[in-house]
Amino acid sequence: MSAITRDEVAHLARLSRLALTDDELDHYATQLDAIIESVAKVAEVAAEDVPPSSHALPLTNVFRADEVRQSLTPEQALSGAPAVEDDRFRVPRILGEEA
Amino acid sequence: MTTTKMSYDEALDRFEPVLGLETHVELGTASKMFCGCRTMFGAPPNTQVCPTCLALPGSLPVANAQAIESTIRIGLALNCSIAEWCRFARKNYFYPDMPKNYQISQYDEPLCFDGYIDVEVDGETVRIEIERVHLEEDTGKSTHVGGATGRIHGADYSIVDYNRAGIPLVEIVTKPIPGADRLAPEVARAYVTELREIMRSLGVSDVRMEEGSLRCDVNVSLMPRGSSEWGTRTETKNVNSLRSVERAVRSEIERQGAVLADGGRIVQETRHFHEDTGTTTSGRSKEEAQDYRYFPEPDLVPIAPDPAWVAELKAALPELPSVKRKRLQAEWGLSDLDMQAMHNADAIDLVEATVAAGAPAADARKWWMGELARRANESGTALAELPITPAHIARVTELVASGALNDKLAREVLEGVLNGEGTPDEVVDKRGLKIVNDEGELSAIIDEVLAANADAAEKVRSGKIAAVGALVGGVMKASRGKADAARARVLILEKLGVSE
Amino acid sequence: MSLIQKSAAELGALVAAGEVSAVEVAEAHLDRIAEVEPKINAFLHVDREVTLGQARAVDERLRSGERLGPLAGVPIAHKDIFTTRDMPTTAASRILEGWRPPYDATVTRRLREAGLVILGKTNLDEFAMGSSTENSAYGPTRNPWDLDKIPGGSSGGSSAAVAAYQAPLSTGTDTGGSIRQPAAVTGIVGMKPTYGGSSRYGLIAFASSLDTPGPFARNVLDAALLHEAFSGHDPLDSTSIDAPVPSVVEAARQGDVAGLRVGVVKEFGGEGFQPGVQARFNEAVALLESLGAKVVEISCPSFATALPAYYLIAPSECSSNLARFDAMRYGLRVGDDGTRSAEEVMALTRAAGFGPEVKRRIMLGTYALSSGYYDAYYGQAQKVRTVIAREFEAAYHQVDVLISPTTPTTAFPIGERADDPMAMYLADLCTIPSNLAGNAAISVPCGLADEDGLPVGLQIMAPVLGDDRCYRVAAAVEKALESRWGGPLLKEAPAL
Ligand SMILES: [Zn+2]
Repeated sequence: MSAITRDEVAHLARLSRLALTDDELDHYATQLDAIIESVAKVAEVAAEDVPPSSHALPLTNVFRADEVRQSLTPEQALSGAPAVEDDRFRVPRILGEEA
Repeated sequence: MTTTKMSYDEALDRFEPVLGLETHVELGTASKMFCGCRTMFGAPPNTQVCPTCLALPGSLPVANAQAIESTIRIGLALNCSIAEWCRFARKNYFYPDMPKNYQISQYDEPLCFDGYIDVEVDGETVRIEIERVHLEEDTGKSTHVGGATGRIHGADYSIVDYNRAGIPLVEIVTKPIPGADRLAPEVARAYVTELREIMRSLGVSDVRMEEGSLRCDVNVSLMPRGSSEWGTRTETKNVNSLRSVERAVRSEIERQGAVLADGGRIVQETRHFHEDTGTTTSGRSKEEAQDYRYFPEPDLVPIAPDPAWVAELKAALPELPSVKRKRLQAEWGLSDLDMQAMHNADAIDLVEATVAAGAPAADARKWWMGELARRANESGTALAELPITPAHIARVTELVASGALNDKLAREVLEGVLNGEGTPDEVVDKRGLKIVNDEGELSAIIDEVLAANADAAEKVRSGKIAAVGALVGGVMKASRGKADAARARVLILEKLGVSE
Repeated sequence: MSLIQKSAAELGALVAAGEVSAVEVAEAHLDRIAEVEPKINAFLHVDREVTLGQARAVDERLRSGERLGPLAGVPIAHKDIFTTRDMPTTAASRILEGWRPPYDATVTRRLREAGLVILGKTNLDEFAMGSSTENSAYGPTRNPWDLDKIPGGSSGGSSAAVAAYQAPLSTGTDTGGSIRQPAAVTGIVGMKPTYGGSSRYGLIAFASSLDTPGPFARNVLDAALLHEAFSGHDPLDSTSIDAPVPSVVEAARQGDVAGLRVGVVKEFGGEGFQPGVQARFNEAVALLESLGAKVVEISCPSFATALPAYYLIAPSECSSNLARFDAMRYGLRVGDDGTRSAEEVMALTRAAGFGPEVKRRIMLGTYALSSGYYDAYYGQAQKVRTVIAREFEAAYHQVDVLISPTTPTTAFPIGERADDPMAMYLADLCTIPSNLAGNAAISVPCGLADEDGLPVGLQIMAPVLGDDRCYRVAAAVEKALESRWGGPLLKEAPAL
């Protein structure tokens, strides 16, 4: 049995905002299946009472003072934008509502 | 999209509402949550942005200490427990006004949890339990261009300003609130009002709903009377005034009541509130639920507030608004009704400040709730926005108490201050509004009035003391209101040789 | 000896003494780049005028009496994953083609402050995902030892540039071995500092909890000098360690292992390891013993699950980190014909702008974080991470450093593993555990494999903030081997 189906890969592509062709979906399904099967080895480590590590080091409480720092100019901010209008980033029409 | 409605009363006869409120408060920090950009409202587009809040490749967040402190203070004011250790988490979803396409938020480890506040509605105290208070970041703002409505649907394209992106946002989530019953809309409003005042007393936010620094999502579900199983809830967004909170709850109860009465079912969805119609419309269905793929934010390290510091913050909390109201009510000797009226008019702080500036409570209340409330109402502004200060009011009451002004003149003085003519004393000078208490001057005016009204004077002399009113009125008229009416009466009777 | 053959320390001293200008040094290297670049393809961007402008500014600062560090006037090749104001930054991706950042990375800023002169931006696997630099959208970089072989990855442009004498120094980033593995297969020194020891601000993120900037050089002392120049606490990076940089330069000058306890990781050897790699490693162990180190074998059984844990954690983080490349604010935009929605344009752009390995990892990470899979994959991988860190900790109670071959094999042929991700991932087998634990680790050349005559690297691992130990051992090995070889290993490399 495969670890991941082609439909699941199509779902992942949608979630990841990747417009993949049918051929690509087939290709990635095969590869991801092999990779997932391999990485599933993590389950072999008995780690029930082990706390998960989200970070490499156990640092806590790193903050900055509430001080204003120089922002970019609008020219700098917009310099890489594919499209600009009225000092704003122009983007294609937005379909869904805000989450 | 259904627009069928059932009357509120009919809906409430058959169903019992369960409320839930999610409130977002933009903190009033000088800089953003994770970068040093300013947070000024209304700045020109994309002038308060940097690599971090624009999500330029390579940029990193660093958490604002003040925002953490403010959130903990909010949690403490809401009687919450404060986490000993918690993390930020990434909430992943794509949306053009969210630069990173994930929001830095908190997931299963909120900074504050399990609290409550009590609100009063119709003389009853309702306890609202708080599920969690957590810290996250705001998004940018899209303007939709083209199409007929200027709304998102039918727009040709959008333009985005990221000035707001990254402003610290505190989310306060209640536990489900059953039992509010017919008062549900009022309870929702009272809760948001109370939250707003708590934020103000803490000084953590300017909580201006019209500028979006306090935003409310209202969850409503209905269950048939007699049932104990909660119905499917909807989440109504865009509820951005206190009145709208009340209307949104009412409207959603009416709408859901109609759907359920027709044998329909409520879809779990996001709905949008429209100020113009007072109704909600369907947004995205939550049944095709987003998978936000939350995971601990690796760019930020965990927060572990020192318990001693939290205890200090708790000890230093200001007196909370509900406690303060009770104290002031006792001090001022006011009825529940009077106090409630002042609360609704947002007058309590103003009266308090006026009393602090030396005025008697009754006078302070009289001016703010009377003449000034009328003025505010006429000009459609909030009481606190009037161009007059508690110190001005205190000075006017002082002038009245000393006999330098009477009520009529005092109103004229207030008008002058509101017109921008200066302080009460300056207005008195400029307009020449001092009471005439020079006995000689007053005596001369009385002589003139007596001479001109011989008939009335004769009536008084013959014992019809009631006729003296006309003579006093004549003196007031001749002095253009500046005479002390009581003194004038005494002098007139004296001159006519009549005693009471 | 020409300028390009000199070490960074020597060049810095010559410039400081006024015997040669920063401009002359830069010109010599720019000339070398122009000469061999068609064969190597180490650079994505070289701008002679910008570089010479920087060099002139350094000369001016020195003339005005400003006290700069020991590397003032020394040229450097900069991995194209660090933002630079004066050069484009692409992470070797189409999606960022031509992007000009409005800000400098902290590492970039510190290079400039120390008076280093940036020669250009080096090639890499797209967004640092890969072990061969074949995943660059701009063509592979070639190994100066054998132009048909990979230079390692992801920092393959940086390793090749230093090995090909295009630059005496370069920067890299190491997420699962992306500095140590390229250093090993090109016969140079590459160091992954302790996580948080060098700033990630302005480093285009691949996997935030693992990414670590570090130095490449042709010798241990040069690497230590560069390490010191750009490391240390950065308030713009919340995960940066607020502690002094370990005294790496002093350790590199000492190079003494007498009495040091050295642990050989039992699991990293034998089956799957190329005989020539194993032979050179065994000799290095014997050498350390002969230098007075106390060598023991240490078993770290959980290291076997480091690779799968890494291939869950890194893709999970990358799936989120790379979400910002959406065609809205910067970079490529594809398919915006006025009718398509933002959502469609995002998906088309990302499909066109990302290469296959990046797409694979984004989808893998999205999968591992999805509700229903989180606990079994990402969550479990984080637990494995804890287990590995604990195993390291236990080992460092017994020994001062751990050693292993840096890679199981020498440089493999370009194309050989390009379509076999699992085989490619094995290149980082020995390097990944240190990333998961946030530890320091270095790779230093230890000879050529008999089968193919290609370089073999020795990996020296040390605990958090034990970076100086890595340099100390590496320097001792380098000194002993160079006296045996009669000079650096690189002199064995064929002329280009
Ligand atoms: Zn910013």
